[in-house]
Amino acid sequence: MANKIVQFEIKRQASPDAPAVWESFEIEWRPGMNVTSALMEIAANPVTADRKPTTPVTYDSNCLEEICGSCAMRINGKARMACSALIDNLEQPIRIEPLSKFPLVRDLQVDRSVLFENLKAVKAWIPIDGTYDLGSGPRVLPQQQEINYPLSNCISCTCCMEVCPQFNEETGFVGAATIAQVKLFNNHPTGKVLAAERLRALAGDGGIQECGFAQNCVEVCPKRIPLTNAISDVGRDVLVQKAKDFLGS
Amino acid sequence: MAAPRIIVVGGGLAGLAAVIKIAEAGGSVDLFSIVPVKRSHSVCAQGGINAAKNLKGEGDTTDKHFDDTIYGGDFLANQTPVKAMCEAAPGIIDLLDRMGVPFNRTPEGLLDFRRFGGTLYNRTAFAGATTGQQLLYALDEQVRRHESEGKVKKYEGWEFLSAVIDSKGVARGITALDLRTMELRGFPADAIILATGGIGAIFGKSTNSVVCTGSAQSAVYQQGVDYANGELIQVHPTAIPGEDKLRLMSESARGEGGRIWVPRTPGDKRTVKSIPEAERFYFLEEWYPKYGNLVPRDIATRAIHKVVYEEGLGIDGQPMVYLDLSHIDRATLDRKLGGILDIYEKFVGDDPHEVPMKIFPGMHYTMGGLWVDFDQMTNVPGIFAAGECEYQYHGANRLGANSLVSCIFGGFVAGPNAVSYAKNLRALDGDGGHAKELARQGEINANLMKSDGKENPFKLWRELGEVMTKQATVIRYNKGLEEADKKIVELLDRYKNINLADRSQWANTSFAFARQLYNMLELARVVVQGAILRDESRGAHYKPDFPERNDELFLKTTKASFTDSGPRFQYEAVDTQYIRPRPRRYDAVK
Repeated sequence: MANKIVQFEIKRQASPDAPAVWESFEIEWRPGMNVTSALMEIAANPVTADRKPTTPVTYDSNCLEEICGSCAMRINGKARMACSALIDNLEQPIRIEPLSKFPLVRDLQVDRSVLFENLKAVKAWIPIDGTYDLGSGPRVLPQQQEINYPLSNCISCTCCMEVCPQFNEETGFVGAATIAQVKLFNNHPTGKVLAAERLRALAGDGGIQECGFAQNCVEVCPKRIPLTNAISDVGRDVLVQKAKDFLGS
Repeated sequence: MAAPRIIVVGGGLAGLAAVIKIAEAGGSVDLFSIVPVKRSHSVCAQGGINAAKNLKGEGDTTDKHFDDTIYGGDFLANQTPVKAMCEAAPGIIDLLDRMGVPFNRTPEGLLDFRRFGGTLYNRTAFAGATTGQQLLYALDEQVRRHESEGKVKKYEGWEFLSAVIDSKGVARGITALDLRTMELRGFPADAIILATGGIGAIFGKSTNSVVCTGSAQSAVYQQGVDYANGELIQVHPTAIPGEDKLRLMSESARGEGGRIWVPRTPGDKRTVKSIPEAERFYFLEEWYPKYGNLVPRDIATRAIHKVVYEEGLGIDGQPMVYLDLSHIDRATLDRKLGGILDIYEKFVGDDPHEVPMKIFPGMHYTMGGLWVDFDQMTNVPGIFAAGECEYQYHGANRLGANSLVSCIFGGFVAGPNAVSYAKNLRALDGDGGHAKELARQGEINANLMKSDGKENPFKLWRELGEVMTKQATVIRYNKGLEEADKKIVELLDRYKNINLADRSQWANTSFAFARQLYNMLELARVVVQGAILRDESRGAHYKPDFPERNDELFLKTTKASFTDSGPRFQYEAVDTQYIRPRPRRYDAVK
């Protein structure tokens, strides 16, 4: 019996300035196979479907269990993590492209550092006094933990930004992931101390008012983070903060 | 005097813990990481972090945590640092709590704790089943704060290539490769801390992340840093076998009541849920009534091997057993184990709320690592190490939920010690060896870039992984280990005939991988030869031909040092000043 073959079409681009080309690959099917294992297979045998030698595909990956957030790419047109994209659930040929909203590095690798810069801008941290021994932390009721924990599951994959119509150079929108982190830190008994600063950071251009409520973010999120809830909660808080700042000035 | 300049390599828990302490002490830090630090392998830790906070009224103490850790490690760990770690652990949990880690809570709003393997106490704090992710994020956020204040400079997307060591044998910086531009550059520093994780990739498929190659450890080993207890490798009993990796299924599944079993009848054809209780073989519970499913990992792993390979009871004749949570109510599972159940469902397609999971052991943790003293400094002055890349805290077997605490504690020790070392450092002679080291690395790179042989590096790697997994994991025989060493020597020879398939000077992942592969091969010999020499069974190291622990000959730390003809071994006495070694048995109360 002939072995089952899986067909791929992968968008290749040697550098940011090089032209993009599509290459086809045929890979032997194996049970439980995912997109990352196929990319590994290509690296071990870098030959296209028409038997032309090529280079191994450059892509980001690390944990391969959908918790590090590295391997986001577009698979059959959908932004998702390559490690949890099981071949058996995908229509063939499987078309793989890099995320489109971020500067391309090479092949499927893009530069997503904008998210980490955004997290800096909103001070996404708890301003502790220091790491020396200061006793136990604040009490947190389980109900509160159950709200915060899902927000803290964000893996910074940027899928929510990729699919957002408002996330582009023109608006400079920070995107859903960052807004959800503002909700998380503003919810924390100690994190609250920076709440006003975080809300002000989301008040101007590129801030929360850029959101067009397309709701693509919440649909695409691999961690099912309640992003639209976070956007509406934070949006309300930003307005309240604006009013306070206006009255206080 | 200028603020000490410290380089930290690796942005997982240990590296970030060190960075935070250095920044607080007024030092300036350059932080190097292959991946953005938030994507480091620490995110994969699931079940929790141990600290004897005794919040369940059980009378738990840090002494008991210390004893469980030493006993669990089969007495191979030096006791002084382990004792210090266990004593520091409750304070570390408090600190993480203050940093905002969303730990699970009791109704009163206090930290909740659960049980883990190798202990009878509820000692493990947890944030769902994604504790490592939550801890890493908390430290990542603190580092981002220091970064925004200018105390930390991150070099993400750079790979450590080597230490720069001056003519007096003192570390003076590093060389690193920009993985995008492929630029080789030297970075001066007064001290360097390696926090570069485990060596899973040497075994091909493991529960480790792609970056866990051990390449950095191997590079400094080849430059004169000793490597300790290399043969001690933990195989986790419960992983999901996969094409690209073995995905961890946390010990917390058993901590929350998960049960391991196989049908008593070989090849039982009934559907799993229709097999009556009496016809299920809960072998861990039968063999180890006191600890049951929560025996330490080495014990559980060998028991699964025995049931599958000696008794022929693997599910459908395959190397798999059941890990069953389906008797626990859905809401509890979601609250305490949500993250890992999602992983299983996504990657396997079955819902573990409803049907038992199918699991098998997989290479998981590197107990051995760079030799360090109690200040976390290696034998090369100025090179420190912390976290999984060093050998200090787990002896011959690590207890579940002790890794996160050892990483953070190790980083907290290494950071301040690196600063005080740097403050007393002699002034530099000349360039500290930078030009020479850059020339050496430049030559390696140039030769590799023009290599046009026949061997694909990814294929060589697969061969390495296959032989290492077969010969140097759960059950070891000297004959098989010798075959493995011969195979590694063969691979080192074939490496000379490598073909890169990619010669470009831009984001060339084949090039970076080929460099890692060479280092993996050199380090694999340390693992295999160390295992050959240790003719006993201790913790995770099990030789059927030498089934007993032999304290007289082997209550000793293995120390490998590099020579051109392979590793050279020495043995060092273990610090056992607090707890006298006693037989390790989990079928009875210890």
